[in-house]
Amino acid sequence: MWLKLAALLTRPATKYVFIALALVFPLVAQNEYQIYVMASAFVWAIAVYGLNIITGYCGQLNLAHGGFFALGAYTLGLLTADYSWSYWPAFVAALAMTAVVGFFVGIVSLRLKEHYFAIFTLCVGFIMYMLMDKWEELTHGPVGVRNIAPPNGFGLVDFTETTPIYYLVLVFLMLTMWFIGRLSRSLLGRTFTAIRNGDELAQSLGINLMRNKVLAFVLSTTFAGLAGALYAGMVRFIGPEDANVLHTFDMITYLLVGGIGTLSGPLVGTIGIVWLTQSLQFMEEYRMILFGPLLVFLVIFFPRGIVGSFLSWLHRRTQGKAEAAAKAQQSRDTTGRRVNNNA
Amino acid sequence: MLRIENLTKMFGGLAAVKDISVEFEANQVNAIIGPNGAGKSTFFNLVAGSHKPSSGRIIFDGEDITTLRCDHIAQRGVGRTFQTTNLFEQASVLDNLIVGHRLRTRSGLWDVLVNSRRLQQEEKLSREKAREALDFVGLSHVENRFIADITQEERKRVAFALAMATDPKILLLDEPAAGVNPEETDGLAQLIRKMKDHGLTVCLIEHKMDMIMGIADKIMVLDHGEKIAEGAPEQVREDPAVIEAYLGSDDDAAA
Repeated sequence: MWLKLAALLTRPATKYVFIALALVFPLVAQNEYQIYVMASAFVWAIAVYGLNIITGYCGQLNLAHGGFFALGAYTLGLLTADYSWSYWPAFVAALAMTAVVGFFVGIVSLRLKEHYFAIFTLCVGFIMYMLMDKWEELTHGPVGVRNIAPPNGFGLVDFTETTPIYYLVLVFLMLTMWFIGRLSRSLLGRTFTAIRNGDELAQSLGINLMRNKVLAFVLSTTFAGLAGALYAGMVRFIGPEDANVLHTFDMITYLLVGGIGTLSGPLVGTIGIVWLTQSLQFMEEYRMILFGPLLVFLVIFFPRGIVGSFLSWLHRRTQGKAEAAAKAQQSRDTTGRRVNNNA
Repeated sequence: MLRIENLTKMFGGLAAVKDISVEFEANQVNAIIGPNGAGKSTFFNLVAGSHKPSSGRIIFDGEDITTLRCDHIAQRGVGRTFQTTNLFEQASVLDNLIVGHRLRTRSGLWDVLVNSRRLQQEEKLSREKAREALDFVGLSHVENRFIADITQEERKRVAFALAMATDPKILLLDEPAAGVNPEETDGLAQLIRKMKDHGLTVCLIEHKMDMIMGIADKIMVLDHGEKIAEGAPEQVREDPAVIEAYLGSDDDAAA
């Protein structure tokens, strides 16, 4: 019974149910604030999907991810506020910027392995933060960037309203998930996973390590830039704190809780934790007392996150059942033969 | 098939492999033996391109591959397995093997975006190759199991299958029978013989002498990075230099 219900969740058609739920959410939400929280959760989820490519599939812990998120936000913010670009050209420029910077950071940092790579990218993220904080002529320093243009609705929709921006973000989230879904099932996604299993083994299978790692890195920073650009257009005020490394650790937490290297993990983790944080708001700082042990519990008992653990459980159960059925069939056959022999 | 000329690898002042010249014939099982630290694994790493030699040449199928990168050497048909193989534990055996044929495919990011016909064909081909390899090593019945749920000996076979899926001409096996019981060792020896019957050339490092003597056509013995003997199993077994390397000389025993 439970197994059947659980198996239903992994059906391809189930995703339409969730899309429908996301579409009606603004209609059933109790107030605008809830819609806003959900929209920002979606923005973070897009960034976490990016992190999942390089860290989840490819196995390289990138701690500059928050920096790239802020880079996307700042590119869009400065172009629209200071250089009076309209939103969509600036949006494309933000994607291009994070991709190009991602490429150059990638070809240098990916020469390092494991913790050295993590430490290096941590520094890259911090340098980005310092630039945004100290390079006042360009970035306005700690004051931040105001008057960022909202997404241009071409007179049809007003994206300064909460509900339209919710739907806009939802569209980008669905595009992101569609792309990542396709990527993870493809030979390219399998190539990334092979690299996670080990550099040496991947190379012995004829995989060009550097090319594939850089590709995964650029894809991940571009999604960070996409999320950052959407965030800037939604919040319309950004500051150097958006590049704080704490945001990177938040995203890693979302990824770990949801399920690293899984397709729906980033969404489940992000939405789950964002809402949990919201509902514990009344406890203020004391919510960490609840939060800490909860995370420890999850990491110990569900090391592959909610989605990863669920999928493993489901696979083992269905596999176990199939094998038991095969065995039963076999023994029935042998008993049948014995009966025949007796006859 | 594989010709090694005066191969030397220095780590700092230490010669891990010293002036080795040897030739491995096609469609034979070649074994490399020697005491611990003799340079066997370094020798494999040199052939597969993980280490660059300090001097000497490696000729594979008439082509000089000495300076090529590992992935290019793999593409030319050198497959290898490691003493331990890290696979994706929480994925099925088949899922782990599909990437094995990746080096013979060309699909990139663009193919993923537009879901091109080439990508679909190549994915189908890679899946077929994975099934074929799994069938070859006799593990078709566990294709849907998680790697985490199969036995040590089955893991060894999966590692073989992964190397087989690359369509290699020569296979370098690093201690294929380490950590499995005698009965399973016989099974693996049979599998290696089957590889040879299918036209593959096999090179293996192994410590289990019974197994080596049973399957090897040719044995090369290394000690302190140098080749001390080479030849058919019976020949090598009688060689005084080999006996000395393994058991120590009378002088050592006296001292």
